[in-house]
Amino acid sequence: MNDRAFIVGVDVGGTFTDVFVLDEAAGAVVTTKVPSTRGDQSRGFVQGIAEIVADFAEIGTLVHGTTVGTNALLERKGARTGIITTEGFRDVIEMRRRDRPTTWGLKGGFTPVVERGDRLEVAERVLADGSVFTPVAEDEVRERARALAAAGCEAVCVFFINGYANDDNERRAVEAVRSVWPNAFVTAATEILPEIREFERASTATLNAYLQPVVSSYLERLQQGLDGRGFAGELLIVQSNGGVMSAETARRYPVRTALSGPAAGVIAATAIARAAGFTNIITCDMGGTSFDVSLVADGKATLAAQTAIDFGLVVRTPMIEITTIGAGGGSIAGLDKSGLLQVGPESAGSDPGPVCYGLGNSRPTVTDASLVLGRINADRPIGGKLDRLDIEAARAAIETEIARPLELSVEDAAEAILRLANAKMAGAIRLVSIEKGHDPARFAAMPFGGGGALHTGALIKEVGLGSALVPRFPGVTSALGCVVADMRHDRVQTVNRLLDDIDAEALGRAMLAVAEDTETVLARAGVAFERVDRVFELDMLYLGQTHSVAVPIAIGPGGLDAETVAGAFDAAYRDAFGRLLDGIPKRVMNHRVAVIGRRPALDMQVFAPVDGKSAEHCRTATRRVYADGAYHDAGVYERLGLAVGAVIEGPALLEQPDTTIFVDPGLVAAVDRFGNLVITPGKG
Amino acid sequence: MSGTATVDAVTLAILKGRLEQIADEMDATLFRSAFNPIIAEAHDASHGIYDAATGETLVQGKSGLPIFVGVMAFAVQAVIEKARLRGGIHEGDVWIFNDPYDGGTHLSDFRLVKPVFRDGAVFCFLASVGHWHDVGGNVPGNYNPAATECFQEGMLIPPVKLYDRGAFRQDVVDILSANSRLPMSLYGDLNGQINALELGEKRMHALIDDYGAPTISAALAALKARAAEMMRAQIAELPAGTVSAEDFLDNDGIVDEPLKIALDLTIGDGRMVMDFSRSSPACAGPVNISRATTVAACYVALKHIFGDVPANAGVLEPVEFRIDPGSLLSVTAPKPVGGYTETILRLIDVVFQAIASIAPGPAMACAYGTINALSLAGHRENGQRWVMFSFFGGGHGAHGGGDGLNHGNAPISTATIPPLEILEAAYPVRFTQWALRPDSGGPGRHRGGLGAVYEIELLEKQADVFLFGERGRFAPRGVVGGGDAATNRFTYQQHDGEHRPQMVSKMVGIKLARGQRLRLETPGGGGYGPAFLRPVDEVARDVRRGFVSAEQAAVSYGVAFSANGTVDADATRQLRSREPAT
Repeated sequence: MNDRAFIVGVDVGGTFTDVFVLDEAAGAVVTTKVPSTRGDQSRGFVQGIAEIVADFAEIGTLVHGTTVGTNALLERKGARTGIITTEGFRDVIEMRRRDRPTTWGLKGGFTPVVERGDRLEVAERVLADGSVFTPVAEDEVRERARALAAAGCEAVCVFFINGYANDDNERRAVEAVRSVWPNAFVTAATEILPEIREFERASTATLNAYLQPVVSSYLERLQQGLDGRGFAGELLIVQSNGGVMSAETARRYPVRTALSGPAAGVIAATAIARAAGFTNIITCDMGGTSFDVSLVADGKATLAAQTAIDFGLVVRTPMIEITTIGAGGGSIAGLDKSGLLQVGPESAGSDPGPVCYGLGNSRPTVTDASLVLGRINADRPIGGKLDRLDIEAARAAIETEIARPLELSVEDAAEAILRLANAKMAGAIRLVSIEKGHDPARFAAMPFGGGGALHTGALIKEVGLGSALVPRFPGVTSALGCVVADMRHDRVQTVNRLLDDIDAEALGRAMLAVAEDTETVLARAGVAFERVDRVFELDMLYLGQTHSVAVPIAIGPGGLDAETVAGAFDAAYRDAFGRLLDGIPKRVMNHRVAVIGRRPALDMQVFAPVDGKSAEHCRTATRRVYADGAYHDAGVYERLGLAVGAVIEGPALLEQPDTTIFVDPGLVAAVDRFGNLVITPGKG
Repeated sequence: MSGTATVDAVTLAILKGRLEQIADEMDATLFRSAFNPIIAEAHDASHGIYDAATGETLVQGKSGLPIFVGVMAFAVQAVIEKARLRGGIHEGDVWIFNDPYDGGTHLSDFRLVKPVFRDGAVFCFLASVGHWHDVGGNVPGNYNPAATECFQEGMLIPPVKLYDRGAFRQDVVDILSANSRLPMSLYGDLNGQINALELGEKRMHALIDDYGAPTISAALAALKARAAEMMRAQIAELPAGTVSAEDFLDNDGIVDEPLKIALDLTIGDGRMVMDFSRSSPACAGPVNISRATTVAACYVALKHIFGDVPANAGVLEPVEFRIDPGSLLSVTAPKPVGGYTETILRLIDVVFQAIASIAPGPAMACAYGTINALSLAGHRENGQRWVMFSFFGGGHGAHGGGDGLNHGNAPISTATIPPLEILEAAYPVRFTQWALRPDSGGPGRHRGGLGAVYEIELLEKQADVFLFGERGRFAPRGVVGGGDAATNRFTYQQHDGEHRPQMVSKMVGIKLARGQRLRLETPGGGGYGPAFLRPVDEVARDVRRGFVSAEQAAVSYGVAFSANGTVDADATRQLRSREPAT
């Protein structure tokens, strides 16, 4: 083991590639940030690691959070893809669920990722009860496949109606396609998602096919680049569900990487918080255009069953639930036609960015407000792109656009912008906490990304959160998440039968069989686990409903019985809606099995400050900061120099290269033994 | 509500978000716990916060059915009026009713109204409306195209107390249940609506605790004033004068004669007058609507065009309505109103057309303009009754920024369509086609979105078909010189071959036998701008995709193709030099 002592996490974002290296033997951590290489992310990736690790042979495990899949979806840069489907149904992915992008205004459009001409039909049909109405003719399928390949399709998806109930026809068709398809990029819809609902299954499977050539070639280039440097360890990829998978699995199921990057951040936050003694947190990732929040309750991130990457691009695989609102540093403030202040969702992004960047935008943003109020150091911009920020331009923009029309001072106008932005963020936090039945007082906010730590104090006050926990390196959180993520695979199968008609024991055996099969996938990855956990769930509902509740199920040594299932449903339903509906039959829609290989916990002590100094020693300046309608003298501190146990009372500003932390008046910040900053309401 | 306190501009902006969040959360709770797919999947429901004295809409959820945004105020007003005659409003009361003449829309929509008390007085009302699966009447699912009185459409419940000072009245639920073909579904939906109101009350109290009652009251009043101000600002940007638009319904399901919806829209002095006096008188069949519904439909149309107009009664302050009490837009009991969706869609169409003629920028062409409510009902071999009920979609109108959306939902709704796999799993049917319909989008510089083709085969011995549609004779209109879309076309098989419904777009009790099929070909949306100005490469792409046939390309767009499928430039030049066909 000694010759492969390094565990490396790499998160490739739009602007920066973050590398996190853990030297297990020495118990030391080194991080670096290099510019991402557009076009071929694998170059920046390899260079970033090389800055820290001389000999790649010393790397045991390399875990990667990637945005290659996400970007290909958002920018519509996947491969030309064909679909072979049931006669009469080639438009399923284009017709969606007959929705529209916005409730008001009828001006939305949608272009599916597969051209209509590349969606071919074959005579075949399975009915809802699983019976084969029309058997598939392999010859016809082969002919269609040849036509698609000849037309220039690189990948193909086979999707048949009711395949969830019986995939005989679909499997035979997939084999026929494989026999003539020039490469390995053949996706079977029911293999991706054997779940009822044709649009969601077709969309997920089609996007998988669409991503396969892009993600595969990226991972191949990456593997070659690493091999060229002598890497002989395991390459793992972070999935949207917060677990990792082998690179081989990622090549087969690239759609599972759709939210790989953000998931890694949530996983890191969970691990840091757990070590620090916090099991309930709300992560807050603030970027230029958006604010992403995610809830972690009892040490577990919340999973969503599906998400839309963009209108109509639905991916139905379990994903870390991330709620996004349009309130970032670049969000533009203005007045609507009735003179009411608005912040966002329109954003200046990072280019041209806030007024203070001096790159051409003249409408004030959230960052401009923070700058005018003294919360950001004009001479020390984050990100390193600019030398200094133009505070006068920011003042002028706020004065013209907000202060004069509302008859406020520039400071009060700037604070109003922040109050409204904070209120929107608070709304997002309420959405994931109070609306889901959680008491915010039991939760801590954990900001990561560049801008979040300026707003956490306000969020404590606004939503009544118990505290905030600012990790020592908020800027490299996602890369850290790669290192600590468990390996996880989720499987689903539609049942769609009344509980009264189900042989519960057989159902239990089927779920156990899925679990065992999935464990072999884990075993193949060649990664060491502390232990392997199985999570069993049923999607259940009352007869007549269409939305199910997730019902956690324990399968004991005696197997599963109907009474246990009914009891578990009652508990889950009461939890979700308050009242049970006696006398109405219960239905089991799907069974879900997750197998989780727990990787060894990282000792967060490696982040603890060494030779830290007292607060007074770290104080570098005093700055005038405007808050709660008045100017205050706020101490400015070098955050990374602070010793364990250092305590700072607000108002104060803590600076470090990747973020600025604002401790609001009335709040107190203390450095914990891992180097985290814990912010709590003061005694007053 | 006391108007003495004031609220500063920033707090107001924050409270606006908090109040909207309460309404949204009520919506979400009902969607998740409802029993029937019309609420759970199609979101045919809505929640909001209403004025304690006047019942006016103050805040409405963003995810509910758009048409309810305008109509719910009338429902709350009906309860206030009834309570005044029956001993007043008390803490713990919840009222329930579905009277469409008082509260708008149709009998399927059950409204629950709950007062929120603060310091011994009503602070505001919360209300919940949801479309129930079956409320009795002659036709399962309640879209009865042959109704001539509301009694044939379902039970009519006036405002009565579901909770009396906190005590649940099971006898009321017993009456409701006994009058429905699907009492279990009714019971589940009712519980979901109660859940939503209880949650809303809890959240409202928490908000009042945070900010104090006077501040919240002041904020609600200020939001209304600002909504009016915003609408005035929108009107001020329109040119003064009067424009007119007319459109037609195929028939009322009883008498096969067209019905006219006419709008004379006058802008001037910062006000908008919507005069519907030239519209047809009340009709025998169920496409009448109450005045409340008419006002609500106009609100929906305006909000689609001027997106930032808030969901608040203030918006209608600068708008004056002239609606003849004898017209089909202002009926009273017992005139049938079950097909209200068709009439309000046509109202929206005339508003779109009128606005497009004076403000092409924000305008859109007409969407497919019909709800296509299909009810297939029968008995299984074991005698069990089944009712498959769903709405079917069509295309959206084109607009200045691009083509219309293919296969969208109706402008009055945010309904999604149930997955066909769910329908096939629940009912004895097999879909043989579920596809986009070529040549259905209105031609134009920007093309209307495509409608759809749905073909359904019966797998049981026998079933009855009820289908309520429109746009069988009068196509969705294009605007700014754009062409009309394709009309709705229904066909069904019988032992002697294929048939089309007598009333074009409406079918009552047609019997299908095992193996016979029913086919819906739905309209697209209207086009925007002259079709001859559509770039040739965009027409060629439409032809390649099969959205437009070569024939339509030549006739409507003036683009000719040679035998090998490429654009024939010379022939195209020649075609486009002529007057376009319309």
